[in-house]
Amino acid sequence: MTFFGLHFQDIVFYTLAAILLFAGLRVITTRNPVYAALYLVLAFFTAAGIWLLLEAEFLAIVLVLVYVGAVMVLFLFVVMMLDINLDRLREGFWSALPVALPVGGLMSVEMMMIVGVRNFGVDKVAAPAAHPAGYSNTAELGRVLYTDYLLPFELASVVLLVAIVAAIALTLRDRKDSKSMDPAKQVLAKKADRIRIVKMQPEVEKTTTSDSAEEAK
Amino acid sequence: MEWLANLFGSYWPGVELTGWTLIKIVAIVAPLMGAVAYLTLAERKVIGYMQVRIGPNRVGYFGLLQPLADGIKLLFKEVVLPTAANKGLFLLGPVLAIAPAFAAWAVVPFDMNMVLADVDAGLLYILAMTSVAVYGVIIAGWASNSKYAFLGAMRSAAQIVSYEIAMGFALVGVLMCANSLNLGKIVMGQSGGLLHWYFLPLFPLFVVYFISAVAETNRAPFDVAEGESEIVAGFHVEYSGMAFAVFFLAEYANMILVSMLAALMFLGGWLSPVTFIPDSFLWLLAKVGFLLFLFLWFRATFPRYRYDQIMRLGWKVFIPITIVWIVFIGGMMQTPWAYLFH
Repeated sequence: MTFFGLHFQDIVFYTLAAILLFAGLRVITTRNPVYAALYLVLAFFTAAGIWLLLEAEFLAIVLVLVYVGAVMVLFLFVVMMLDINLDRLREGFWSALPVALPVGGLMSVEMMMIVGVRNFGVDKVAAPAAHPAGYSNTAELGRVLYTDYLLPFELASVVLLVAIVAAIALTLRDRKDSKSMDPAKQVLAKKADRIRIVKMQPEVEKTTTSDSAEEAK
Repeated sequence: MEWLANLFGSYWPGVELTGWTLIKIVAIVAPLMGAVAYLTLAERKVIGYMQVRIGPNRVGYFGLLQPLADGIKLLFKEVVLPTAANKGLFLLGPVLAIAPAFAAWAVVPFDMNMVLADVDAGLLYILAMTSVAVYGVIIAGWASNSKYAFLGAMRSAAQIVSYEIAMGFALVGVLMCANSLNLGKIVMGQSGGLLHWYFLPLFPLFVVYFISAVAETNRAPFDVAEGESEIVAGFHVEYSGMAFAVFFLAEYANMILVSMLAALMFLGGWLSPVTFIPDSFLWLLAKVGFLLFLFLWFRATFPRYRYDQIMRLGWKVFIPITIVWIVFIGGMMQTPWAYLFH
């Protein structure tokens, strides 16, 4: 099925690619940091769409789950709470430009030499063959990860674990004036620890009883 | 049909597919909206009777038309835009809240082969969609330009992100038992009567999942995000009319969604508890109805959690429980008792 000489998949691809480029551009050009974070969310979403076109549904969904659902939420969380003064951020722009321009330019040239058309052109990398309907990308990925790439996979997870422990150890400070309570102690508290029941004689209205006794006489 | 096919010519297969998909989407979303409307009535009635009141009983018999009256009232109310609010994002908030709540239903199976999109990674898709729902809350809270709304959004975001982890881990246990991410296959893995449903071998995970689901949907006793007695209504304090109603719809649609997932993954979905009664969609409805009743029951019973207690419960209690149980299942699967966990 073609529209104006384009396959349906091509139309979807070009639409997603256009949105992705636009969103990526807006991330660095927009003035409001919250907008920038939201455009980055849009960029992740469209990138996931392009991966779906490549039949990499596991990676696409995980991209949304991890980056959109967790990482960007924390980003937004921080960006919304900060009072970012854009003028202060832009102060050193012109003085830093003579250094930043060659460095940035060099980096882009290097990137282009590696991931450019020469190495990743259409003639170099063939389109992946379409898979039959029952093909499960997820199961295939799991099998490869836990057999052929078991060691690198485990290594990566250990590195991540070390990073988590280090991040927590670096930021964990016990405040001396913290009023946090130990829930275990709260649960163990008994009634006897808090309340003291005092036995008291009931107050008897003696006068009235004596009066009535006299009346009876 | 014939003349339609001629009209579209070579485009007909695509048009036919799109048309059928649209019809199926309407067939899912329309009853869902009805269920949401009547869940609000059920909530008011159930809580009413639990508090020895009658609940709404004026509009229609037993108040049966009350949801319609509420809907019409909200429809005719003005949507007030606060002057200092960020207009675009203020209106985007409710949309982002409700869109994922409905989009997740695309992969939910209702009966054998009765599903809109039979996606292989269906469970992951649902997790991804529900994790996107937090944006509606955050954006609404920020764009309102109000302290209460912002506080509510911050609380809600922290809560949803924390409980998502426990929820995800609870689902890992289901994956280990079912060997599949496809919701239909997960249900079929539980066939063979009540004793084969996953809530028995995965009981701790079932409990953790359901409590996390209550927290994810910002329902009592985890409703600090709205906390009407402390931050008036939290993230949607500035919303009125239909914009408010959309948040309301999203919350109830999410409640139905997480109950549906719990029924599918732990309570055998549409499977019948005993083998001599046939499996049917009605079983699924009954299970979802029971879980929704639990939501209402919780709300009528428990006082609201304190914020630090919520965080402690999520991070220090639920996540360790789920990790221990996942390791336990993994160990048991290497023993002769592995059949208990399939």
